[in-house]
Amino acid sequence: MAETVLFWIFFVGVLGAGFAVVKSRNPVNAAMSLVACFFFLAGVYLLLSAHLIAILQVMVYAGAVMVLFVFVIMLLNLKDEELGRERVTVWKGIGTLAVAGAIGLIVVRAMRDAYPAVARDLAADQLSTGFGTVRSVGRALYLFSVLPFELTSLLLTVAIVGAVVVAKGKI
Amino acid sequence: MVGPLHYLFLAAALFALGALGVVVRRNALIVLMSIELMLNAVNLTFLTFSRFPLVRVAPTQTGFLSGHTAVFFVIAVAAAEAAVGLAIVIAVFRSRTTVNVDEFDSLKF
Repeated sequence: MAETVLFWIFFVGVLGAGFAVVKSRNPVNAAMSLVACFFFLAGVYLLLSAHLIAILQVMVYAGAVMVLFVFVIMLLNLKDEELGRERVTVWKGIGTLAVAGAIGLIVVRAMRDAYPAVARDLAADQLSTGFGTVRSVGRALYLFSVLPFELTSLLLTVAIVGAVVVAKGKI
Repeated sequence: MVGPLHYLFLAAALFALGALGVVVRRNALIVLMSIELMLNAVNLTFLTFSRFPLVRVAPTQTGFLSGHTAVFFVIAVAAAEAAVGLAIVIAVFRSRTTVNVDEFDSLKF
């Protein structure tokens, strides 16, 4: 019962904040809405008993990535006229219809038969084994995907160096 | 009772919002934020399929937690993507003094 209530609260929060991101004209408002959206999503992840991922979501997305966004917004310091007018064009209408059509098709055709009754039975008995905790996900990461995990550190190093090289005016 | 279809529907709606932002908005910063929204929608589907698996026995050694490890890597890649993408926005803003993606047309034939 509590799960259902929380799910619908998070549902409205995620979609409302996500819509505010797309809608708002000022990037600062969009960034704040994005933080709210990420927090609500972390709540949804908790409902899916993904504890580690929920914490990572708050720390990495709502913390690190959003600080980066806010810093860049501050650095660019866009004037009101530089934000530009958002014009409504025919192509944007066509694009909106295409997005709505594609996602609607996926929802109608793919989700209907995606879950046989088997899926619900399994959901209960896998929770007893510490599903989604730091311990179990850490074991999965370190025992069975060590190489990708280590390559992630290389990727982040390349991203740091690349970001500095690209953003710096003269090397 | 909240089932897997609810979570998948939320993910689809969030992905649609992100795709809509990329298609409709012209501000490069908001386009990048919409990309983050889409990546999060994908993470949500990973976690849903991990929590409500379709098979009885996990196909890999990681068990049903392979979805969680996939989300871990997606988060890492998204952080790298945000850093490099924002650096590119700064570099383009320095030469063009605009963040309107319609004016980023140097590569247009």
